[in-house]
Amino acid sequence: MKNAVYLSLLLIIVSSCSDAVSPVDAAIENQILHFGNGSEPQGLDPHIVTGVPEHHLLISMCEGLTIANPKGGENLPGVAESWDISEDGKTYTFFLNQNARWSNGDQVTAQDFVWSWMRILTPSLGSQYPDMLYYLKGAEDFHQGKIKDFSNVGVSAINDHELRVELKNPTPFFIRLLSHYSTYPVHKETVLKHGTIDDRNGQWTRPGNFVCNGPMNLKTWELNKQIIVEKNPLYWDADRVRLNEIRYYPVSNESTEDRMFRAGQLHVTNVVPLEKCPIYIENENPNLRIEPYMGTYFYRVNTLHPVLKDKDVRLALAYAINRKQIVEKVSKCGQAAAYSFTPPGSAGYEPDTEVPFNPELARSLLADSGYENGEGFPVLEILFNTQEGHRKIALAIQQMWQENLGISVELVNQDWKVYLAREMTGDFQISRAGWIGDYEDPNTFLDTLRPNRGNNKTGWENEEYDRLLEIANSTNEQSLRYKYLMEAERLLIREMPIIPIYTYVRQYQLSSDVKGWYPNLLDTHHPKFIYLER
Amino acid sequence: MLKVILKRIAIAIPVILIVASLTFFLVRMAPGGPFDAEKVVPPQVMKNLNAVYNLDAPLIIQYRDYMLNLIQGDFGPSFRYPGRSVTEMIFTGLPVTFELAFYAIIVAMIIGSLAGVIAAVRRNTLLDYVPMTIAMIGICMPTFLLGPLLVLYFGIYLEALPVSGWDSLPGDKILPSITLGAAYAAYIARLSRGGMLETLSQDYIRTARAKGLPEYQVIIKHALQGGLVPVVSFLGPAVAGLIGGSFVVETIFQIPGLGRFYVEAAFNRDYTMILGTTIFFSTLIIFFNLLSDIAVLLMNPRARSQT
Repeated sequence: MKNAVYLSLLLIIVSSCSDAVSPVDAAIENQILHFGNGSEPQGLDPHIVTGVPEHHLLISMCEGLTIANPKGGENLPGVAESWDISEDGKTYTFFLNQNARWSNGDQVTAQDFVWSWMRILTPSLGSQYPDMLYYLKGAEDFHQGKIKDFSNVGVSAINDHELRVELKNPTPFFIRLLSHYSTYPVHKETVLKHGTIDDRNGQWTRPGNFVCNGPMNLKTWELNKQIIVEKNPLYWDADRVRLNEIRYYPVSNESTEDRMFRAGQLHVTNVVPLEKCPIYIENENPNLRIEPYMGTYFYRVNTLHPVLKDKDVRLALAYAINRKQIVEKVSKCGQAAAYSFTPPGSAGYEPDTEVPFNPELARSLLADSGYENGEGFPVLEILFNTQEGHRKIALAIQQMWQENLGISVELVNQDWKVYLAREMTGDFQISRAGWIGDYEDPNTFLDTLRPNRGNNKTGWENEEYDRLLEIANSTNEQSLRYKYLMEAERLLIREMPIIPIYTYVRQYQLSSDVKGWYPNLLDTHHPKFIYLER
Repeated sequence: MLKVILKRIAIAIPVILIVASLTFFLVRMAPGGPFDAEKVVPPQVMKNLNAVYNLDAPLIIQYRDYMLNLIQGDFGPSFRYPGRSVTEMIFTGLPVTFELAFYAIIVAMIIGSLAGVIAAVRRNTLLDYVPMTIAMIGICMPTFLLGPLLVLYFGIYLEALPVSGWDSLPGDKILPSITLGAAYAAYIARLSRGGMLETLSQDYIRTARAKGLPEYQVIIKHALQGGLVPVVSFLGPAVAGLIGGSFVVETIFQIPGLGRFYVEAAFNRDYTMILGTTIFFSTLIIFFNLLSDIAVLLMNPRARSQT
């Protein structure tokens, strides 16, 4: 009976949809990109949001002084046509493109940047990314309320088209920071029309109100369904933009996303489901992309723990992990074993540190610390947030430590927010962690482990390390700078407050129709270079 | 009748207030806050954020402020989605969830009661065993398994139906409605079979048959009304369950309904959103239970006369 109903339903369906064309097939002619965007964005205010889905949306709708180079390497001009850097590397003069327009037709001026940077540094706005501009003279003091007058902060408009920026230190990666959305300009009149300068809940980002200066414009925004952006004819480089529309779908379920891709509803996915990745590799799925990514998967060690404060114990733990086996047998999706904190190849930086897999050395280190064959060693806990991938790796490491060191290890998994709270308060022994670079420079990794950095979380404080980074960032010469950073990296690996495990890769599916899409370390694909062709 | 309804409403209000208070303190007891992220927020920023959302006030003051706003129907702003109020988000997702639940209940009613009635009338024949076996499987099969199976077959293998979406491609509402309705169809089939069997053995049915009425008239005119009472009393909680439990189907099929907000709010520690959706759902459940009680009263002559 039920079968008959299903069958007749099916017949109706098949007869009504047999001529349906999948969205991806239809997209070639209309140049509409269907984009799997992970989750619903928090919002579209570049000074408030923090995530990756928001990043994808904002690079298409707004533009900073520079844009990320789709092929990697030095940033390309954005609103700034060109720039001068002073001898000492501390003063930047940006010459703005005179054709740069807001989507309502107003000119983008240097004053817009001054006002926008004042906005993100205004304490009462509660922005979570003000530190991206802490490199500016006086910015940190202004944000912390130590100075009230914004004219003391190192950014000023010389005239409508010239912007002067003064930095505390020569910051070789400053140009790269300027493609991050926290440094984007916002349209002053629009923001003020719908709220005050420090209003988090202003309605200016809604369709109809939204004004920005990127290659695409906000068309519609349906919560949890899709955001559609369309080509902005007023964009200064509009001739180059070939896409007419991008549709961003907040698909948080990986399997759903995979099915959508297979049914021709998406051109590009956000991820590949964990269990599908090895199968796709084996079947040589032509749509599977595995690309280097600037991120490290590592274990944080609580160096304030009575046993783990011993450096030799930490080294023993690190040397007892067979990284090759983890990437080949456990994670199985093209990841590379990591032997440094900073992923190799970040802006030409190649760390030469090594973390050997050497159970014998590990055992003798442990014995030196008074735990011969693991005797007397307390039960060690590995904390991780609930996710199948993390659990598998933790299981593998648990076994390696038990076998190679003779210690017993327990796994503790927690909901994401509980896990974060325990890490923050130091209520852990070993915890799994990941770090993704904000800009292409080793500083984005090494800086996190300096004392007093909120993201350190290991309790590890090393003056020498801090000093090396201080010197590195006050020099303006790249090779010398890398030399100091490398030294800091070696020190880090000798001390092992964090145990590197593998270097992330970006794994996703991409339709062969998508052209102008290049792999790069930060996984930034600027829409103005993308088009569809079969 | 009216007295019963008024009495139920009078009980409902304190229940909702208790739910609100319990939820308020429970979510605050959970470790982690709305602004905790992998990339740690500097203490200065955290202070600013807490000030913006009044989280720096003593908990009891926050509770008082929240309840005062709640009584005026204001659920407050979402912490996770700046610029959105909880009310706005609930009413964005609600129509979709309602529509989905509506189609699902129709699927469930048609398939379920048809199968149940036929099984009862033709009891102990193949027409009884086969649908009831399928119903048993339907009850046991979770939606997160049925959904992907249907998608794989109709969406990817036959390429006949969209695999996801809501109101964006033709036919994209069919699979989610069937998926969500299936488990309920199975329940309804078993309930209506049981109800019908009991009714068919009643004296008045024998009388009807003795009058020489044709069998179809006996069933449709006389037996159905009594036989479907268990189904109707099941419908109230079922509709509430459909609305509250559509999260899985909404996730599988990428449907912008309320269920996803509800579950994600808990993961995000979006305090106001958790409270808003919980209060809203509990009100709905109370309301639908009331509705089905009234419907049962109307259908059952004995219950009617007792009030």
